[in-house]
Amino acid sequence: MHKIFKLSAVALMMTSAAAFADTVTVVTSFSKDLTDPFKAAFEAAHPDTTLEVVNRNTNAAVSYLQETRGSNTTDLMWASAPDAFEVLKEDGLLAKVDVQFEGIPDQIGGYPVHDADGTYYGFAASGYGIMYNTRYVEANELPVAKEWEDLKRAEYNGHVAMSSPSRSGTTHLTVETVLQGEGWDKGWATWKWISGNMNTVTERSFGVPDAVNSGSTGFGIVIDFFGLSSKASGFPVELVYPSVTSIVPANVGIIENAPNPEGAKKFVEFILSPEGQKVLLEPAIMRLPVNPDAYADAPEGFPNPFSEEFAPGAIEFDVDKSGARYELVNSLFDVLVTYRLDDLRAAVSAVQKAEAAHADSGNQEAAALIAEARALIEAMPITEEQALDPSYAGAFTVSRADPETEVVGRQAEIEQEWDRFAVENYGKAKQLAEQAIALN
Amino acid sequence: MSASTDTAARRFTLFPALSGAAVAGIAIAIFLMAFLVLPVAHVLYVAFLDARTGAFTLQNFQDFFNTTLFRESFVNSFYVSAMSVVVSTMIALPLAYITTRFNFAGTAAIQALGIIPLIMPPFVGAVAMSLLFGRNGSINLLLNQYFGIRIPFMEGLNGVILVQSIHYFPFILINLSASLRNIDRSMEEAAQNLGSHGMRMFRRIVFPLAMPGYLAGAALVFIKVFDDLGTPLLLNVNNMLAPQAYLRITGVGINDPMGYVISFILVAFSVFSLWASFLFMRGKDYATVQKGGGGLSRRDLKSREKWLAWGVILLILALVLSPHLGLLLLAFGTIWSFSPLPDGFTIQHFGTIFTQSSQYVWNTLVYAGSAALIDVVLGSAIAYIVIRTGLPGRKWLDYMATAALAVPGVVLGIGYLRMFHGIQLPFGLGQMSSFWGIIIIALAVRRLPYALRACMAALQQVSISLEEAAESLGASRSSTIRRIVVPLMTGGILAGFVTSFATAAVELSATIMLVGRSSDAPLAYGIYLYMQSPAGRGPGAALGILAVVIVALGTYLSQRIIERERARQTTPGDQH
Repeated sequence: MHKIFKLSAVALMMTSAAAFADTVTVVTSFSKDLTDPFKAAFEAAHPDTTLEVVNRNTNAAVSYLQETRGSNTTDLMWASAPDAFEVLKEDGLLAKVDVQFEGIPDQIGGYPVHDADGTYYGFAASGYGIMYNTRYVEANELPVAKEWEDLKRAEYNGHVAMSSPSRSGTTHLTVETVLQGEGWDKGWATWKWISGNMNTVTERSFGVPDAVNSGSTGFGIVIDFFGLSSKASGFPVELVYPSVTSIVPANVGIIENAPNPEGAKKFVEFILSPEGQKVLLEPAIMRLPVNPDAYADAPEGFPNPFSEEFAPGAIEFDVDKSGARYELVNSLFDVLVTYRLDDLRAAVSAVQKAEAAHADSGNQEAAALIAEARALIEAMPITEEQALDPSYAGAFTVSRADPETEVVGRQAEIEQEWDRFAVENYGKAKQLAEQAIALN
Repeated sequence: MSASTDTAARRFTLFPALSGAAVAGIAIAIFLMAFLVLPVAHVLYVAFLDARTGAFTLQNFQDFFNTTLFRESFVNSFYVSAMSVVVSTMIALPLAYITTRFNFAGTAAIQALGIIPLIMPPFVGAVAMSLLFGRNGSINLLLNQYFGIRIPFMEGLNGVILVQSIHYFPFILINLSASLRNIDRSMEEAAQNLGSHGMRMFRRIVFPLAMPGYLAGAALVFIKVFDDLGTPLLLNVNNMLAPQAYLRITGVGINDPMGYVISFILVAFSVFSLWASFLFMRGKDYATVQKGGGGLSRRDLKSREKWLAWGVILLILALVLSPHLGLLLLAFGTIWSFSPLPDGFTIQHFGTIFTQSSQYVWNTLVYAGSAALIDVVLGSAIAYIVIRTGLPGRKWLDYMATAALAVPGVVLGIGYLRMFHGIQLPFGLGQMSSFWGIIIIALAVRRLPYALRACMAALQQVSISLEEAAESLGASRSSTIRRIVVPLMTGGILAGFVTSFATAAVELSATIMLVGRSSDAPLAYGIYLYMQSPAGRGPGAALGILAVVIVALGTYLSQRIIERERARQTTPGDQH
């Protein structure tokens, strides 16, 4: 033990010597592939400043900042998910700093690039897409799915993967985009039919590209840079953007009460500068710069969200609507899909089989049964109005909700009710579909 | 069983009022309170609060039992844990029996290889498993190509049972082997004199005598599987309790009290299972008097038996080491996607990690080594206090320490941040929560149950009459412990050290909350960093291989040390 302590005391002295230099500490969920080039470029531009990168996943980073606010040691938070920054902002953990930059538009694809209150800044854009493994697709003789609608088809049964919106802020935005683009009921129906084709709902967002890269699943619903950088790393994968997509920025924000606010500001200004934006085009990073000028140097075939042909159906993303029902949508997805995936899959595949069996039999009775089964699968326990009603949404954000709001019940009670609804409906739908098959 | 010493001890230690054991007991209790109970309570008390008003309530527990999903999860967790114990036993028993019962070349190697399944580096291990056994893993691709079938190794609850058993059977192997080695040879000889032999003798005499070790291992497997969230999440099974707790605690900005309720129930259930295993052991005495006799007599195998033994062992090893074979392929492979083997091979990934790895390796050795050392010291002390003294509330030390198994790492990590952040350490060590020493303590607390079970089993097999003999020859209590008890427990202590060390070397969930600087990061954190990007898969696997090799080497060396020690002790004994 003594030896260890002695050695570590020496090690400590060495590290504290390094601390005298001007250090900027950044907490990030980004991988080394992204942080290393930025660190190198930033330190080259500011030779007397060291960038200390502490890597945590987004959830751990948020909890870390919340727990350590009493004596904060972090200068910056640097991550993709805008919702994580919203949480930090609501908790008063982000500082309002006047950062200087130019040439960056206010909006990309209907989504504001920077926080309107100036607490965090978008530095790279990301879109959502469908990533697929070319070897898998070839071996299973599947056509390439280009739209969300395609993934609903029976031929993709068991070939799709996605992360849960409650686990990944980026997935949440995909779910919300489709809900806003297609409307509440139709949007949820789309998600249920797609989910019925899934072989897994992963617990981490990186689990999806991992599964597609390994070939354990054929198609994955992912944020674009996962697909682009996987391809750049040599995996046999491709990425397509469906026409209904939304572009959201990856962000950086300065922490309130930062130990080195000047250094933090320097870093934000650096990554927003043309020089910093260029780093995003490196093959292992492959994120879309927010400065349109940066695309002049982009490699052939690099997607440009500022161009006409990019995702023509991109919707005007309603940030307020999304924020009002954020937790509710996450919980609803988990209860109806993630935790009951087996029931949902059984129901969906029974309906798909029934439809195949009666594709051209013209059997009226079977058609009626199938229609009823479809309606049961698509049924939602609550309407869009209820979802936006503070008395409903408030049950999921109790500690942050307005104390005056009367909520309809505890989260656990509501979830239990939804769960019963889902299990019952999926079970009944499966039964009806099987009756329809038996009518042959 | 120790009533006589209790009274004897009390008579001797009337003054001063506190015996050495009591002081140690209180110190350990304070340590556990400060670094386990209070931090965890700091996080879990939310389970007893009304989420809206903040008032005390038991409503959340009522909600738990009213929720169908949670009731199902509970049943699933219980089923998976019980079945994992069964399957792990089937794997561990032949390995333990063959290597302790016969003169068998490569015993040390097999015992060391048997540890490797415990060292499953985070993330890369998962990828390696799915590349081999997944729906489109090597095996299924080949089966599908030649026979048109697929076997769902990694799907549903049965997949969880398989993977858990492969992963955790070493707990049984290590503890059972340590126990088998401690059995008094005269018991076996007596049984042989009375005409018992072969399987019957194993079933009626040998296995029952090794019960403390087996139960220690089985209890660990049961509780660990019940509380484990990594494997179910890797297989995307979320209808079990531990993953439910995890998913509900770690979402961004979520404040659902149910996650904390489930964590509380996990802790309570683990303590309950431990208590149940105590009930089972109560009133049985497993101690044997003769020590240092080399345990069971070993005999040579006939050549046909030797082939059979090798066959069984190689089959089991092939099964349990296959994830690490996958890891190896991943580390040396270029691109591996939807094919039975990687497209090509390269050593480039090792080059990528070369520059950074020495820091990681050094940190890992210091952290895991110190944590395991703390664990065996605390473990032996707790075992001694629980088994040999009559201190009131002594069992609670054991319950407290073992409850650590049930605490999700992320809960402990948040608890530490909440308790220790803002406490400035003296000597310029900085913030307590970002001081690297706190990582050692977190690892020690999380791995203490492993060392503790091993030490308990070892002490249960030491006959108290040996200590009484020493004391009646005039040795003081402390020198008896130092010169008699601890040496006799060596096997168990070493087993505990190895399990704690091996598993601490790859732990991530608490560490990731506590690493304050990249220069303080251990290997597991390095793997995490690489595994966040597609290009990092190969280097991540290479770091994983490095972790496995280091731990395996450590285990093999300690195995050799025991064997040599044993040889040294036995030789003079045989000359009598």
